[in-house]
Amino acid sequence: MGGLSAVKMESVSDQIRAIVLKQLSALLPEPVPISDQTNIVRDLGLDSLAVMDFVMAIEDDLDISVPLDRIAEVETVGDLIRTLDELKAQG
Amino acid sequence: MSILAKFAPLRDAYEKLKSVGYDPFSIKFDAILSPTEGVVNGRRTILLGTNNYLGLTYDPTCIRKSVEAVEAQGTGTTGSRIANGSYDGHKRLESELARYFGRRHCMVFSTGYQANLGILSTLAGREDHLIIDADSHASIYDGCRLGHAEVVRFRHNDPDDLYKRMRRLADKPGEKLIVVEGIYSMLGDSAPLAEIAAVKRETGAYLLVDEAHSLGVLGENGRGLAEAAGVEADVDFVVGTFSKSLGSVGGFCVADIDGFDMLRVACRPYMFTASLPPSVIASTIQALHQMESRPGLRTRLRNNAKRLHGGLGALGFQVGPEVSPIVSVALPDRETAIMFWNRLLNAGLYLNLALPPATPNNHSLLRSSVSAAHSTAQIDFALDLFAAIGREFGLIPGAGADALPQAATA
Repeated sequence: MGGLSAVKMESVSDQIRAIVLKQLSALLPEPVPISDQTNIVRDLGLDSLAVMDFVMAIEDDLDISVPLDRIAEVETVGDLIRTLDELKAQG
Repeated sequence: MSILAKFAPLRDAYEKLKSVGYDPFSIKFDAILSPTEGVVNGRRTILLGTNNYLGLTYDPTCIRKSVEAVEAQGTGTTGSRIANGSYDGHKRLESELARYFGRRHCMVFSTGYQANLGILSTLAGREDHLIIDADSHASIYDGCRLGHAEVVRFRHNDPDDLYKRMRRLADKPGEKLIVVEGIYSMLGDSAPLAEIAAVKRETGAYLLVDEAHSLGVLGENGRGLAEAAGVEADVDFVVGTFSKSLGSVGGFCVADIDGFDMLRVACRPYMFTASLPPSVIASTIQALHQMESRPGLRTRLRNNAKRLHGGLGALGFQVGPEVSPIVSVALPDRETAIMFWNRLLNAGLYLNLALPPATPNNHSLLRSSVSAAHSTAQIDFALDLFAAIGREFGLIPGAGADALPQAATA
């Protein structure tokens, strides 16, 4: 039982990760290696407005809305994926 | 490490900006001569960036009322309305505004910024939801941050995106308050309010419209975008300011909802700040009367806006999507915008330099705000100046090296 839902969680997570990487690379002028530890503002040079716009594109892909206070907490790519995971799970 | 070390990147950007010439964030007017003229660095300068839409700052009747009030009631109230009491003028201004908007209730704030801060943070509490346009003014964002509601942004002026977000919130508990602006302050565009009101009705939300830049500008009676779009009945809360069309300072919110007055003892930006001085209240009441009784001011404003917007577009500049008293020219980059702005000021024209991140879509803007008080000659002076500098910079078609026009006087 637990095993099955874990598999399902994993696949949703993978899908979210793929979307985040797709939207990030669409935004960057040239390919940059991205890991969970990548700091979105400091390492990728995105300003707060660019982050907002990039989050809007992800919101469309996932059919969720990310409240502003949740965006404010995000520093790394890993933070973002975790936040999106939680919001998607809440439906 | 100083406590100010975190501002190093901002300091660098600011120093770079100042190195081109004037400092756009600390322009000093040696004198103000009229709603449309001042003196900068000893030079007579046309003011095309003041938000003084109806030119009422020098209206003789407003000045007289203000002088009478300061002589009779003193220079300030020295306290808040909750702790130190209201003057007759505060109550009178509130009832005049309520009457003007055809609503039962009005609260006056000490600035327009505080009106948004107070109303948004207090109306929407924990569990409630604020759904705001992504291009909202800083005061709306700050009002959201001060409160405890969950905040979601929708794409600028996009009712379909708003609907999508309302649908996602449908099963969540709490009230929903949609927030839009009558005229957006950077590009001068208006919200598609009829469509937004339809979303509001369908989803059972409340709707607040900030008419800061549209009061006295839009609608047959100047009540703003809600009047112009014919949806005043759908707008639950109107927020606005006295510091634009009404030529003073302060803010307000009007509403029809039962129990609105409870906000007076719950809204911190209303409770814990000094109330407006009698002189400001008096000129604002008189300016409201002038705005109501002189619809010709709005016609002149509209004609001036058309002349500037149409003229700049015809020259080949990229202007905003619709005619409004806010006329912004988008320049290709930050450096060009800063140089252009300096050249305009040196030639006797003051307007606003608006740079990212304060602007939508990373635009570098030269932002004009037209007044009913501008003469045709002043608008044409601005157009000639834009043409000459634009050609010299190679931004618009036409031969370069035109002689710069001489300043027109009102």
